[in-house]
Amino acid sequence: MNGIAPTSAERAAKLEGMGCKRKRVEDIRFVQGKGNYVDDLKLPGMLYGDFTRSSHGHARIKKIDTSKAAAVPGVVAVLTAETLKTVNLAWMPTLAGDVQMVLADGKVLFQNQEVAFVIAEDRYTAADAADLVEVEYEPLPVNVDPLKAMSAGAPVIREDIKDKTDGAHGKRKHYNHIFSWQAGDKAATDAAFAKADVKIKEMIVYPRVHPCPLETCQCVASFDKIKGELTLWGTFQAPHVIRTVGSLISKIPEHKIHVIAPDIGGGFGNKVGAYSGYICSIVASIVTGRPVKWTEDRIENLSTTAFARDFYMETEIACTKDGKVTGLRCYTIADHGAFDACANATKWPAGLFSIITGSYDFPAAHVLVDGVYTNKAPGGVAYRCSFRVTEAAYAIERAMDIMAQKLGMDPAEFRMKNLIRREQFPYTSATGWQYDSGDYQTALNKAMESVGYRKLREEQKARREAFKRGETRELMGIGVAFFTEIVGAGPSRACDILGIAMFDSAEIRIHPTGSGICRLGTKSQGQGHETTYAQIIATELGLPADSITVEEGNTDTAPYGLGTYGSRSTPVSGAATAMACRKIKAKAQMIAAYMLEVHDDDLEWDVDRFRVKGNPERFKTMTELAWAAYHEVPPGMEPGLEAINYYDPPNFTYPFGAYICVVDVDVDTGATKVRRFYALDDCGTRINPMIIEGQVHGGLTEAFGIAMGQEIHYDADGNVTTASFMDYFLPTAVETPHWETDWTTTPSPHHPIGAKGVGESPNVGGVPCFSNAVNDAFSFLGSTHIQMPHDHWRTWTAAEKLGLHA
Amino acid sequence: MIPGAFAYHRPASVKDAVGLLAQLGDEGRALAGGHSLIPMMKLRLATPAHLVDLSGIADLKGIRSDGNDVVIGAMTTQHDLIGSALLGEKIPILREVSLQIADPQVRYLGTLGGNVANGDPGNDMPAAMMCLNATYHVSGKSGERRIAARDFYQGAYFTALETGDVLTAVRVPVPAAGHGYAYEKLKRKIGDYATAAAAVVLTVSGGKVGTCSIGLTNVAETPLWAREAAQILVGSALDAATVKRAAAAAEAITAPASDARGPAQYRTKMAGVMLTRALARAKARARG
Amino acid sequence: MAKIAKSQVSMTVNGKTVEALVEPRTLLIHFLRDQQNITGPHIGCETSHCGACTVDLDGKSVKSCTVFAVQANGADIRTIEGMANADGTLHALQEGFREMHGLQCGFCTPGMIMRAYRLLQENKNPSEEEIRFGISGNLCRCTGYQNIVKAIQYAAAKLSGVQFKEAAE
Repeated sequence: MNGIAPTSAERAAKLEGMGCKRKRVEDIRFVQGKGNYVDDLKLPGMLYGDFTRSSHGHARIKKIDTSKAAAVPGVVAVLTAETLKTVNLAWMPTLAGDVQMVLADGKVLFQNQEVAFVIAEDRYTAADAADLVEVEYEPLPVNVDPLKAMSAGAPVIREDIKDKTDGAHGKRKHYNHIFSWQAGDKAATDAAFAKADVKIKEMIVYPRVHPCPLETCQCVASFDKIKGELTLWGTFQAPHVIRTVGSLISKIPEHKIHVIAPDIGGGFGNKVGAYSGYICSIVASIVTGRPVKWTEDRIENLSTTAFARDFYMETEIACTKDGKVTGLRCYTIADHGAFDACANATKWPAGLFSIITGSYDFPAAHVLVDGVYTNKAPGGVAYRCSFRVTEAAYAIERAMDIMAQKLGMDPAEFRMKNLIRREQFPYTSATGWQYDSGDYQTALNKAMESVGYRKLREEQKARREAFKRGETRELMGIGVAFFTEIVGAGPSRACDILGIAMFDSAEIRIHPTGSGICRLGTKSQGQGHETTYAQIIATELGLPADSITVEEGNTDTAPYGLGTYGSRSTPVSGAATAMACRKIKAKAQMIAAYMLEVHDDDLEWDVDRFRVKGNPERFKTMTELAWAAYHEVPPGMEPGLEAINYYDPPNFTYPFGAYICVVDVDVDTGATKVRRFYALDDCGTRINPMIIEGQVHGGLTEAFGIAMGQEIHYDADGNVTTASFMDYFLPTAVETPHWETDWTTTPSPHHPIGAKGVGESPNVGGVPCFSNAVNDAFSFLGSTHIQMPHDHWRTWTAAEKLGLHA
Repeated sequence: MIPGAFAYHRPASVKDAVGLLAQLGDEGRALAGGHSLIPMMKLRLATPAHLVDLSGIADLKGIRSDGNDVVIGAMTTQHDLIGSALLGEKIPILREVSLQIADPQVRYLGTLGGNVANGDPGNDMPAAMMCLNATYHVSGKSGERRIAARDFYQGAYFTALETGDVLTAVRVPVPAAGHGYAYEKLKRKIGDYATAAAAVVLTVSGGKVGTCSIGLTNVAETPLWAREAAQILVGSALDAATVKRAAAAAEAITAPASDARGPAQYRTKMAGVMLTRALARAKARARG
Repeated sequence: MAKIAKSQVSMTVNGKTVEALVEPRTLLIHFLRDQQNITGPHIGCETSHCGACTVDLDGKSVKSCTVFAVQANGADIRTIEGMANADGTLHALQEGFREMHGLQCGFCTPGMIMRAYRLLQENKNPSEEEIRFGISGNLCRCTGYQNIVKAIQYAAAKLSGVQFKEAAE
C-alpha cells in the first residue's frame, strides 16, 4: 500500500451511485438467455388454456356448443359465461368503474372477444379444441365510429346498462355515453375567444394504436385446494393491484393470494389491467385443481388487450395579433371500445388530459371530454402515455403549429414567445396543475442552437423555391415540439386506483457485512430498476451499488405499491428509496456518534462515512456501522439496520423537453425520410445517463412507429384489419432513424433527489415532433393539418389534394 | 399459432415426390422453404393433411450454366441465390430482387421455387421471371414439361400447376452483356410485400433502347408483364415524355387490391412511379 | 382424422445430442422451449416477423417458429444458451450487449444475439448500414436499435482483436 488514502471523489466513483453510467445488473442473465419470463415456467401437472373468439364485431349469441371441443382427448374442461356465472365471475369490474364480460354473455361486442376458454393437457390440443367450439351468432348492426356513437338510433352497445343514466363518473346522456369530464374555466375561456384577434380550430385525431410489447400477456394460475391459496404468476406491471382486485372479485382472502411478476418482456401500459385470460386461468385452476397456463398470441394481443389513444380532439387557440396566446379550448370524443377498461386513477376518467396547456402560459383554458362506447376492443390508457398526456401533447403541439402558420410566425419563435418563463415557477396552469420547475427558454435555445435551426429554415426556403421551379420532388419539413408532461402519479388527494392511494414504497435492509436488499412496490419491464434503485442507495448510504440487491414483483415480500407505468417509479418509489435511506442514515449517525463518543451534531457525512467535524481522521464507514448495528448498538436502541418508506408524493413531477426533427418527403410516393432527430430532455436529476438515453431511444422509436404508420384499424363491419405484424407497423433497424440525445437538468424542488422520471417523455414529445415535421413540409402550400399516421399513401393523398402530382 | 395436424413425408427423389403428391391430391402440399406455407398453417388458413418435404431431393438444388441460360434448382434458397457468383455476373437483377425479399432469416430458408410457384401476387420473383422470360421446369404425373413464366400465373394462388406437379428448376436466359436492370420496390418497411414494384431489363444501343422488358409486382391478382409499356420505350432515348407514356400504359393494366398499403388508385400510380424510377436506374447501368 | 403417429427426431443442440418423439406439426420453437427446456429463444408473434425465436441451425440464422422439429432432424443447432465461451466467459456479443446497453427488457435479446452471431460470420466488419440491414428480421420495442448496433460493432471489433471506439454522437 502506498499509504495515500483515496479522495472523496475516488470513493464516490467506486460506489457507482447516481449520475454514473452503471452497467446493468439484469443484463447478466438476459444475455445468457437466463431471463425468467412467464412462459418459461413449468409446473408439474400444468394445463394450458386457449380462447375461442368471436369472428363478429357485434352479434347476439344464440347457442354455444362445447361438446365437440370437450370430447377431444386431452381436453380437461371448457368454460363459458354460463360456467363463470356459477362463481359470479362472468363479469369483472374494470379499473375505470365499469364492468366487463370475462366471457361473452349473451352477445359479443367486438371482434375477437373471448367466448369460451378451453383447458387441455398441452398447447396444441387446447388450440385444436378451441377451434371446435361451435357458436351460433345473430349479427347486429356495428358501430366503430365514435363520432356517431351518440347519434339517435346508433346501435346499442351495452344492453346491460342501457337504461342506467348514472355512470361511474356522473350522468350519462346517451346509452353509448360513458362519462363527461371537464377542467378549466369555461366562462373565462369563452370570453377570451369572444374577443380574440386571431383564432384557429382544428379536429386533431390521435388514432387508435397499441403498445405491442414483444412479449404478449400471459399467466400461470395455481390454486392449492388444500391450503385454499392461489399463486398467480403473470405479466403484471402492478402486481399488488392484481392481488387486491383478484381478492375482491374471487373472494379469496388477500393473504392467501400470492402474485408474482417475474421478468416481463416489455409493458408500455399493456400489462396493467386484468384480462379475461387471467380470470379464466384462475377459475380453471380452481375447477381442475391443477396449475393452468395461458399465453396469448400476437393477434389476440393486438386486437383485444389494452389499446391506446383513439381521441378525437377539436382544438382551438385564441391569440393576440402579435402572437400571445389568450385561450385554449378542446372538445374531445374518446373512444373506449365496448367496455371502459381504462387504467386511470379513479377521479380522472380522461386521465391527466388537462395538461393540454402544455408548456405555454395560457391565461384561460377549458377542456371537455365525452367518453363513448363502440364495437371495438376495450381500454384506452396505455403506450407510454402518462394517462392521456400523449394525447394532450399532440393536440397542443399541432395546434400551436397551426396557429403559428396562421400568424405567419416561425413555429419555434411562436413557442418561445409563449413558453412559461423561469420566474413563473412553481406555475399554476389554467386547468389547475402546479408545475414544479422548469427553464424552458434555455432548453429551447439549446435545442435550436444544437441543430442550427436558423440555417435549417434558410435551407428549407431554398429547397421550397427549387421545388416550385421543378428542380426537386422532395419537400423538406422541420418539426418542433416543446412538451411538458405530468408524471409520478400521484398525490393521494388526487390519485387512487379503486380506492387505493397512489403512493409507492421501498423497504431497505442492510446486512451485518454491509450489503443489503431493497424491495419496492414498482415493477420493471425493462427499465433497469435492479441497477438504478441501487444507485440511489449507493449515493444516499455510501455502500457500493453492487452490494445492493433490488427486488420487485413478489407481493408476499415486496411492500405494497401501485406498480410501474406513467413514469411513476422514479418520482414515487425513487423518493421512497431516498426517504428510507435517510431513516437508515439517521440511525447510522446515532450509532457512529456513540462509537466515536461524540454528539450526533458533531458528525458530518462524507460520501461513505460519518466523520467528526474538524477531525476527519476520526470516522466510521457505513460498512462499519452496519456491523455495529448487529453487534453493539447504543443502549435503548433496537439492533438491526433497516427502514421502510411509503411515499405519498406532494405533487406530480413535470419533465419537459425540446425536440427538433428534419424530414424529407418524397412527394411522388408519400415516403418520408427522417434526416435528423434531436431530442433534449429535462428529467431533473439524472440517475443513470446510459439508461436515460436508452429510454429516450426506445420511446422515440415507438413515437416514430405511431406517427409514421401505426393504427389499429376497424372497417365498417367491425373487422380489425391491422392486428398482426403483417400490417401493424413496427419499424425495423432499417427504418428507425438515428437519435441525437441531449439534456438540461432542472431538479424537482419537491422530490428528495430532485428526479422527475423520463420513460414516457420521448413518446409524449416524439409523436408531435414527427407529425409537425411532415405537416411543416406542406405548410407553405396552404395545408394546415394532415392527420396521422403519416404513412406513404396518406402523405401522397395530401400531396395529391394540393395538386402536386399534376 | 398452432398448425393443424398433418402426416409428414420426405421423399428422396422428384419421382417419389410427384407420385406422393399425385396420390394425395388435395390433401397434400409440397413443403419447400416453408416460409409462405408454414405461416399460413399457423393461422390455420392452410390445413393440409399431408406435407411432402422437398428438402431431401438433391436434384432440386444447384445453379448451373446451360448454353445461354442459367438453370436454378427450385430448392435454391434466396441466400444461395444472393451469394451465387454466376448469377451476380450474368443475371444481376436476381440478386437485387432477392435482397428485397423478407429478411435474412427468411432468405436463409425461403426458396426460389417456393417464391415463383405458390401464386401469391405479393411475391417478388414472379415479376422478375416474367421480365426475364424465364421458363419453369415442371415434373408431373405425365412427365416433364416446361411452362413460360409469362404463361404461368392465372389468378391469386392459381397457377398452371396441376395436382402432382413439382416445379423442379427455373431456366433463365442470360440477358445481353451490358444490359441495364433494376428492381424498384416501394414498401412500408424493409421486408414487406410491395405496395408496387417494377422489374426492368433493357439494352441500349447508340443512346436508344434496343430491347426492353417490364414486370410488375403486387398490383393485380397475378404478377404482370407490361408488354405494351415496354414496346413504347423501344427505339426511344428514355426521354421524359416517352417514359410518361410507358408509365401510363403500365398503370392501365394494373388492378391492385386496396389494403393497408393504400387504396387501389394509389397503388396503380405507384406502379407508374416505380417503373419510372426503375427505368432511370436501368438506363444508368446500361452500356451501349 | 386419425391420430398422426409421432416421429423420432435427433439433433444436436448446443453441442449435446437430443433425441425425442414429436408430432410432425411440433414447431421447433416449441420443441426447444417446452420439451428441451431451452427457454432462451422466445415467441413474440405467429407471423414469422419478430425474430425473437431466432436460432443458428446448420450455419444459418433461422426463425425456429417457422420450422417443424421434423425438418430439423439431424441438424446442428445453437441457441443463446450455447454462446458462452468454453471457459464460461461471455461471448464478445454477450459482453457487447451489456457494455453498450443493447437491451432493456431482454426479450428480443437471445434471438438478436443469435442473428448477430451469424451476421458477423457472414461479414467480419459490417458497416452500420449493413448491421441494420442484417438485423432487419429482428424486432425490438425497447432500445430503438441504436445501442444494439453499437453492441454488434463492439463485438466485431473484439472478435477481430481491435479496440472498439464509439463514434462521437
